[in-house]
Amino acid sequence: MELARHWRQRNARYRLEGSRHRSDGTVAFPPREGSEWEPYVLSGQGELLTYAVVHQAPAGHEGEVPYMVAIVQLVEGPRITAQLTDCDTSDVTIGMAVEMTTRLLGDTGADGLLLYGYKFRPVL
Amino acid sequence: MKPDRPVGIVGYGAYVPRYRIAAKDISQVWTGGYGGVPVDSKSVPGPDEDVITMSLEAARNALQRAAIAANDLSAVWIGSESHPYSVKPSGTVVAEALGATPFVSSADFEFACKAGTEALTAGMGMVGSGMARYVLAIGADTAQGRPGDALEYTAAAGAAAIIIGAAADSLATIDATVSYISDTPDFFRRADRPYPVHGNRFTGEPAYFNQVRNASQALMTQLGVTPNDVTYAVFHQPNARFPQVVAKQLGFRNEQIAPGLLAAKIGNTYSAAAILGLCATLDVANPGEVILMTSYGSGSGADAYLIRVGDAVCVRRNRAPMTAKYVNRETMIDYAIYAKWRNKLVMG
Amino acid sequence: MMRPVYVAGTGLTAVGEHWARTALSLATDALRSAMIASPNQPIGALYVANALGAALGQQSNLAPAIAVAAGLHGCETLMIESGGAAGGQAIRQAMLAVASGIYDTVAVVGVEKVSDVLDERREVALALTTDGDWEGLHGVTLTSQWAMLMRKYMHDYAVASADFAVFPVNAHANAVANQHALYRFAITADKVKTAAMVADPLCLLDCATVADGAAAVIISAHPYASNARTVRIAGSGVASDAIALHERADLLDLVAVRLATSRALHQANLKINDVHVLDMTDPHAICAVLTLEALGYTPRGTATTLGASGAIRASGTVPFALTGGCKARGDVVGALGVYQIVELTAQLRGIAANQVANATVALATCSAGIASTAVTHVLVAE
Repeated sequence: MELARHWRQRNARYRLEGSRHRSDGTVAFPPREGSEWEPYVLSGQGELLTYAVVHQAPAGHEGEVPYMVAIVQLVEGPRITAQLTDCDTSDVTIGMAVEMTTRLLGDTGADGLLLYGYKFRPVL
Repeated sequence: MKPDRPVGIVGYGAYVPRYRIAAKDISQVWTGGYGGVPVDSKSVPGPDEDVITMSLEAARNALQRAAIAANDLSAVWIGSESHPYSVKPSGTVVAEALGATPFVSSADFEFACKAGTEALTAGMGMVGSGMARYVLAIGADTAQGRPGDALEYTAAAGAAAIIIGAAADSLATIDATVSYISDTPDFFRRADRPYPVHGNRFTGEPAYFNQVRNASQALMTQLGVTPNDVTYAVFHQPNARFPQVVAKQLGFRNEQIAPGLLAAKIGNTYSAAAILGLCATLDVANPGEVILMTSYGSGSGADAYLIRVGDAVCVRRNRAPMTAKYVNRETMIDYAIYAKWRNKLVMG
Repeated sequence: MMRPVYVAGTGLTAVGEHWARTALSLATDALRSAMIASPNQPIGALYVANALGAALGQQSNLAPAIAVAAGLHGCETLMIESGGAAGGQAIRQAMLAVASGIYDTVAVVGVEKVSDVLDERREVALALTTDGDWEGLHGVTLTSQWAMLMRKYMHDYAVASADFAVFPVNAHANAVANQHALYRFAITADKVKTAAMVADPLCLLDCATVADGAAAVIISAHPYASNARTVRIAGSGVASDAIALHERADLLDLVAVRLATSRALHQANLKINDVHVLDMTDPHAICAVLTLEALGYTPRGTATTLGASGAIRASGTVPFALTGGCKARGDVVGALGVYQIVELTAQLRGIAANQVANATVALATCSAGIASTAVTHVLVAE
């Protein structure tokens, strides 16, 4: 059931908690290990760098087809891979402003965990 | 009921999914389009949305309005009849996502459509007693309607969040509340059954109207207040008609209930419904105005509140998206997509 | 300095949906052919490249089973997984073992068996080379990642999707003459244009099919003793990059391919323009486009023009995919790097189906995921 795996990533997934370097202020996502980094919650604001519409899904995502995967440039510097939501493929253009929203990422089965995490949508 | 220390609403937030299905499209499938429909359309949660995700966005909006730190919340309570888990509170995910953990209380509430206001009342107690500085109470639902049943036209999705704090910190004070319940089985769902059942006309006078009237009248009597002293009234809205009828029965005019009446466009958002109506009203109310809110939950009971709007509402309401922004954000879907997303298809 | 290393005998199976055969059976077949083609070369060690066996075949540790089946019971064995770079990695390790003097002869087998499972599980297995926690979790597939790169490329360089069609068309044209290819029919640019979307903007005819197959090469300190031309592994290079696409500074720069190739060419004391024939990891046109640019054949944003010029055909200056590329020969994932050596050795020996005239220098580059690991070999005919 990978309980620990999903549990240890909850802050990163639910609220985009990454890391900030104590000395030079660099922001990183995913979070970094090491004493020179402190936890830092990113704003979720960003710009769409590129996307694709998935029609042939890997196991576990069949029911979502068609869905969009994207790479977003976050304003703090890091880039992130995530699904787009709350938009049609015709609404999407490279360069558009997007914002993070926490959504259901998956259902691991009748006796499994519901997984929550970040997706991005056009700014409300 | 009122706590020793005055309490109020420090922040509020709404969320409604963007998808809508027209009631006549549902009617077309089941009645061939024959007969009237109780709303124009209802909101449908997207396939990646549920009570947890919607509660989270409503809560984030409330926190933005309140401008308080999430870890100053002493409780994150979600009331719903569609919690994603039967055992594992929706509140823990929301509390974690907000950054309110670890020192926070977080059990789930259930009382059909008034689960959210039950959390609100409990929050008033926590804050009013001095136990907590702030409590977050949320009503949220992704209600399921049995295919072909009358309730399928209205069973909708939404979330509304209220942060309760000291009156001095609030944008609106809550003078008092009355909870009025009885064991009235107008609508219920047994554990492990997918859809609720309801008593058709039995859900009217003996249930909704009786409890809503009694709770509202008792509160107004206790406070020495009449409908003329109240600017706005917000009632639970299982359809567009019931709140209008009970408003009239209580002596309120149509203009008084208009800002809080959302059911025609978004349907019945169950545990969110009354609180969403309150959010929509706070979006437009002026300092000094008075709001009566009475929720209703099947099973059954009603919670009535008298709310006085304060100066801080003007600045705070602009810190997060208005309720109308969510209500007017519409992407229409058809019955096929609706059935697929609401898991009404037998997948084997 | 280490001693020279040669390609002795080679063997391969056809690429296909081998319903009746196991990975072990395919691998043993290819290995036996290579051994028969390498008389008087007793095998010191067996290195096996296989990317998806553990994920799809409930089988790790296949190398000892292949050793026994090929009559090599007891020999040193090594299993290598590295997505689509595994084959190249195995060739490199064999080269190092022979060059160092530890063994005179090392057999390399690349094998992949993917047809026992349905598409959805195959996609998950292929996505194992992505970052599981920060990419795979979101339903990203390798195909959708290449699709994102294609969309960005089109946006940044004003290239239309139709401009990419020349690559699958070329690949299919070449596969007609390859008896081992998965698909042996030609396609037209119009067919590519109207094909259904797999991961928009990648359509069905611009997406390789992952299929079963095995290839084997005997790597030896002794040149192949027959009247076939001697083929030496003149250069070998490996490089890595961040596995998550979003961690790359320049999304469209296949840095690992560039680095691995410059290392291999440097070792061979050759330049990219000395290469007469090449093969690459090219399940989609965008892979070929970005690889050609990473290899330095043409500046960023211009590789579709290079394709349109005809340079990529057997008669051109940058001929590749001469056995059909991943698209038509088939994408054999972990076995690809070994297939490439077999196919390019045939080119250098003058016995290839789409023979490049006077080819004496060949370059094989294969990679894992979106070039998170890349391996390049330079072969020279002597």
